[in-house]
Amino acid sequence: MTARTPDVIDLLAGIEPGSPLDAVRAKRAQARENAQKSYLALFRPETPGNVAAEERYAVATFVAGLHGQPAVTDFYASGLRALGRARLAEAVDKEISRGAAEGPYGRYPAGPLSREDQDGPVYAVAEESRTVVGHRLAAAFEHAHLLVFRPRDATAGALHRLLDAGWSTTDIVTLSQLVSFLAFQIRAVAGFRTLAAAPRAEAGTKPETVFAGALASNHI
Amino acid sequence: MSESILTHADNAEPVAFTQEELGWLPWLEPFPADQLTERHWAGLVDASRSKSPYFLLLVRDPDVLEARTKTDKDIFYNAKDGLPRAERELAATATSRSNGCIFCASVHSRFATQHSKRKADVQRLLDEGVRADIGERWNAIAAASVALTETPIAFDDTHVARLRDAGLDDLEIADVINGSAFFNWANRLMLSLGEPTPPASTASL
Repeated sequence: MTARTPDVIDLLAGIEPGSPLDAVRAKRAQARENAQKSYLALFRPETPGNVAAEERYAVATFVAGLHGQPAVTDFYASGLRALGRARLAEAVDKEISRGAAEGPYGRYPAGPLSREDQDGPVYAVAEESRTVVGHRLAAAFEHAHLLVFRPRDATAGALHRLLDAGWSTTDIVTLSQLVSFLAFQIRAVAGFRTLAAAPRAEAGTKPETVFAGALASNHI
Repeated sequence: MSESILTHADNAEPVAFTQEELGWLPWLEPFPADQLTERHWAGLVDASRSKSPYFLLLVRDPDVLEARTKTDKDIFYNAKDGLPRAERELAATATSRSNGCIFCASVHSRFATQHSKRKADVQRLLDEGVRADIGERWNAIAAASVALTETPIAFDDTHVARLRDAGLDDLEIADVINGSAFFNWANRLMLSLGEPTPPASTASL
């Protein structure tokens, strides 16, 4: 038997066994267990299909980097280096800096929401990185950037570009799950870490706070 | 052939956020329902999901779908302690409004209304956007969900403090975090793998 893989969200959020946040997460045990199973299904799949481990770790490193979460980025980058892909890891690092943006932005279908349309960068992998990462992975990075920052800009045409770059329909499902799962995992990590570290109110003030909150919201 | 794009030239995509029931059309070929194996059925979790083109597309990677579905169910349907169901749906709605997922927002705003009986407030969130003033407790939940949805993530101490001031304990705040984080997963799949269709009442036949 191999040792049990540590819960990645706990690990990256710094949640120690027996801590208050550990007890909070234990109340949603099925979510905790299946967030971990999602991670395992994506990064240690029993049936890897056509999406290589280095592709999974490279995209994950890129996505975590775009989110500006160093602990998560290091976690996936070390997975990439463990596969012996140091040069690829360097190229990913460069692309993270080039891809930096602030989201969500993008356009709505033409209509009343068009006034909320917000333009922003449309990312493309740099030529010098393209030779290192290859055509297929470059297409995945460009799609990942779209999903991270401007998901409402997604089109069938974007999937067409992935098919053209050698991603099968099933590969695209896996890639889409991987990027979208990371959007969840990274927020769970950042959210729980912030909650665990947030200064607590004095004990005993809670009932008043609840009452004041109820009054303020006019929904008693 | 499964390795090509599906187009829907006749579809009139909804152009506004709504609580009405929308449909959804995939841009890639779903897995053929008559070829589902035991592993696929496990991935679908509920057999009824084999009727949905969305889940039939995602079941192409069944292990991920199974784990994702079970994560979803516990975050939203485990009503033992924690945030009331309505407010978990509110977090999902605010997140979907912020990312711009008209389909996800339609489903979860409907649930928020069903559980809260505050249809008008929910509609204001859809119509006016995530800064609509719908009472401090709901404002705080929406603001936290939106901050967590930003990239890079803007959720910080001030959001936690505001939620605590609004009366949420740590489990309830964790439910907001989970609900918003999960919809950052769901929105991206729904937005990037297909397109919504209009409510049945207005769709051309």
